[in-house]
Amino acid sequence: MPLSMVNTGRRVRLLTVKAGRGLQARLAAMGLVPGVELEVIRNSHHGPFIVSVKDTRLVLGRGMAHKIEVE
Amino acid sequence: MAGKITVALAGNPNSGKTTVFNNLTGARQHVGNYPGVTVEKKTGRRVYAGYDINFVDLPGTYSLTAYSMEEMVARHFIIHEKPDIVVDIIDASNLERNLYLATQLMELRVPLILVFNMSDIARAQGTEFELEQLSELLGAPIIPMEAQRNKGTLELLDTIVALAGGEKKYQPVKVNYGREIEKELENIIALIEIHGAGREPCHPRWQALKLLEADRQAIEHIDSSEVLDGVRKSIERLEKIFGDHPEIIISDKRYGFVSGACQETVRSTTQSRYTTSDMVDAVVTNRFLGFPVFLGLMYLVFQLTFTIGEKPMFWIEDLFGWLSAQISIFWAVGSTSPLKSLLVDGIIGGVGGVIVFLPNILLLFLAIALLEDSGYMARAAFIMDRLMHKIGLHGKSFIPMLIGFGCSVPAIMATRMLENRRDRLTTMLVIPLMSCGARLPIYALIIPAFFPRAWYGPMLWIIYLIGIILAIIAARVLRSTLFKGRSAPFVMELPPYRVPTFKGTLIHMWERGWLYLKKAGTVILGISIILWALTSYPKKDVYDIDYTDIKNQAAADFYAGVERLNADFNLPPESNLFLKALGAEMKTVEKQSQYYRHEKEYIAAEREKDSLIAELEQGENGRVLSEFIEVRRDITEARRIFNEAVTVGRIKPESPDYQVLQSNLNITLADIERCYPQIYNGVLTYLDRVKAPYDEALKSIYQRRQSEDMTNSIAGRIGHGLEPAIRLLGFDWRIGTALIGAFAAKEVFVAQMGIVFSVGEADAGSEALRIKLKKTYTPLVAFCIMLFMLISTPCLATVAVVRRESNSWKWALFQLGGLTLLAYAITLLVYQTGRLLGLG
Ligand SMILES: Nc1nc2c(ncn2[C@@H]2O[C@H](COP(=O)(O)OP(=O)(O)OP(=O)(O)O)[C@@H](O)[C@H]2O)c(=O)[nH]1
Ligand SMILES: [Mg+2]
Repeated sequence: MPLSMVNTGRRVRLLTVKAGRGLQARLAAMGLVPGVELEVIRNSHHGPFIVSVKDTRLVLGRGMAHKIEVE
Repeated sequence: MAGKITVALAGNPNSGKTTVFNNLTGARQHVGNYPGVTVEKKTGRRVYAGYDINFVDLPGTYSLTAYSMEEMVARHFIIHEKPDIVVDIIDASNLERNLYLATQLMELRVPLILVFNMSDIARAQGTEFELEQLSELLGAPIIPMEAQRNKGTLELLDTIVALAGGEKKYQPVKVNYGREIEKELENIIALIEIHGAGREPCHPRWQALKLLEADRQAIEHIDSSEVLDGVRKSIERLEKIFGDHPEIIISDKRYGFVSGACQETVRSTTQSRYTTSDMVDAVVTNRFLGFPVFLGLMYLVFQLTFTIGEKPMFWIEDLFGWLSAQISIFWAVGSTSPLKSLLVDGIIGGVGGVIVFLPNILLLFLAIALLEDSGYMARAAFIMDRLMHKIGLHGKSFIPMLIGFGCSVPAIMATRMLENRRDRLTTMLVIPLMSCGARLPIYALIIPAFFPRAWYGPMLWIIYLIGIILAIIAARVLRSTLFKGRSAPFVMELPPYRVPTFKGTLIHMWERGWLYLKKAGTVILGISIILWALTSYPKKDVYDIDYTDIKNQAAADFYAGVERLNADFNLPPESNLFLKALGAEMKTVEKQSQYYRHEKEYIAAEREKDSLIAELEQGENGRVLSEFIEVRRDITEARRIFNEAVTVGRIKPESPDYQVLQSNLNITLADIERCYPQIYNGVLTYLDRVKAPYDEALKSIYQRRQSEDMTNSIAGRIGHGLEPAIRLLGFDWRIGTALIGAFAAKEVFVAQMGIVFSVGEADAGSEALRIKLKKTYTPLVAFCIMLFMLISTPCLATVAVVRRESNSWKWALFQLGGLTLLAYAITLLVYQTGRLLGLG
């Protein structure tokens, strides 16, 4: 399911990022590689996300979160 | 000297590169707690152990595959300028993510040093490193560091020197990418060796990896189609095997390598560095509270800017007042010397008027420094994302906009952190609407002159909010017309909050303040002198009106008034006692105005008058004259004390202090009246009905002559030429000339108002200027001035930096024209509506 549907506080595993290759590489460099564990710190169902990856907090735009498949 | 070497400081955004750089070189580059502070490489020198070391501070980058403009700068430097040593500044409290970049730097085969910065945070988290073992696994020396406390700098320098001198050998290790990828890498390396490496010559294995990663720059730099063909085939093969792009597999392997190395050498309790941070964020980034908290913080800043800034402002003002008094001593009392006017009206009135606002500027920059250093900046981007999204940008654009509250120039530079050119141009074009620090003096001059004290903070806040709202609307319009298209996806790291260090914040603040002073002492000084000259010349030889005639008329009225006094003092109607005495006084004042106070002519005139009066006092009705002079002195003195107390203490008529002073004055006057009941009222009549109108008449003659002079001056002519255009906005020619000056630098507006209103006037200083402004303009016009200055014409420096950053004159001029038109249209609307509502 897309990350945008995950509620605050849940932990999920990243499957794929459906994005252009440049962006995929950038996200990978920021720690968002397939298989990595994510925790959703804030999802208010409007506006951006905050997720925790490898003890870093990342802000993701809602559009971005739609493109990230997790389980 | 053993030699010159170049050392690049690379690393993830916000890992402390600039802090390290400043420690190494003694520079004072800007540091802040959000990713993307440094957007342009900066160089600095340090001579150490016989080496002349050239350090280069690079923008932060997550990998060597550039995604945004700033990353391009870093990548380009490392690859093309070939530094002798690369120092990777690593945030040790977030090791695995930071080592990802290190693996790529290792592949470049440039001598590499790893600096584990922020060891203090890592320690507090309970992380321990086996540095020796880790260093072996990563194939590079590791230096623990606490850059904020300048710990580890010398160890780093020693290691650099040891590597440069060859005492220490650099022994890189290889990341193993697995059989399949390694095979393709070999293929590509072979192709490169046959067909040439193209225009990005570096280690072949690195190049092959970048090509497999489909790195755009790497591909662009390859000339040979054989190599590109080979790469494409390799990628296809790998995609078939893994079912994913090779770059994903490669980055996975890199993380694997990193976590393998860390497994044995890093011991960590699971304490997150975000524990406290998350608690603050629970409020600050809260869905409902976030926005109000942001507005509240902003409001607080402006309220404090006024309240705390007030006292020191008065001190500076008093200092300039004292200074102009000291300067005036060197000239005759009524002198119209151009040099005196230049010093007092041009320089003190102009530059002094700008420097007075230094405390406000310092406070504003203190607030911005706190925002930057605490980590709130990135949160503001998060909070504003929803709103920014509606206008087709994303939250990150808000960071440059916030920086724009300080100064548009670094703000426009900061747009480099935006990945997409359309986003970047849109943000760049609207940034001048974020009211910059140079405009603060204009508001700080005008608001207290026209609005009640309780309104100071709110008024300033409203002005800034109008700026933000206009920026948002303008961005929306630009995005749906000129810059159509989707904005780049929003991804940004949220750094943990840090308590700003006292020293760091003060340095930030002081640096900005110093820049402001320097600007006042150079650009503003120069422009003030020019504007003063334009406002003072050419002088008129023949005036339109015969002022001597008017002056004689005023004198005649004065004497007539004096003659009527006889009745008040029970003197016979034909007595010319007062006529003689007061006439002598008046002539003496006139005579003296050509001399210095200490010149003998001045003193002689004084003596002559004194002896004449003494003689009259001996003569017929002499007692009346003596009493008159005594009472007059007492009343004048009592009033002077009252007025001085009010001006020096800046006491407003509505304040209780004023009441106290007023009643003191009344008591003193009543005392005088009790002692001299017969003549007290007569003296009052003289002071208020005879002398005051005469002084008033003289002053008005002087002002009319002055204004005729000024209208004739170059600035006056320009201003009057502009007047038809700006009259609709409620502006007169004086504002017109100030507007032109403000194009060079916004502060000049304040300087020019000071000059126009002080040339030929007795009193200077911003309080006096405020009084004159209040007399000349209505609050509606005052608001329109602020509005116009908020929106209109970015300053020259902004135009230049937009030209450079957008790489074309087109956008710079478009911005200049667009904002000026916008300013005109909005001010026109507000002024005319205000007038219809009867506000003006
Ligand atoms: N606690 C702690 N904070 C540090 C240390 N070194 C730097 N900082 C802080 O970390 C933040 C980032 O520092 P910068 O030097 O601006 O980082 P940078 O790597 O140049 O960042 P960019 O230019 O954005 O890539 C600042 O708030 C520094 O005060 C350290 O050793 N310990
Ligand atoms: Mg930096």
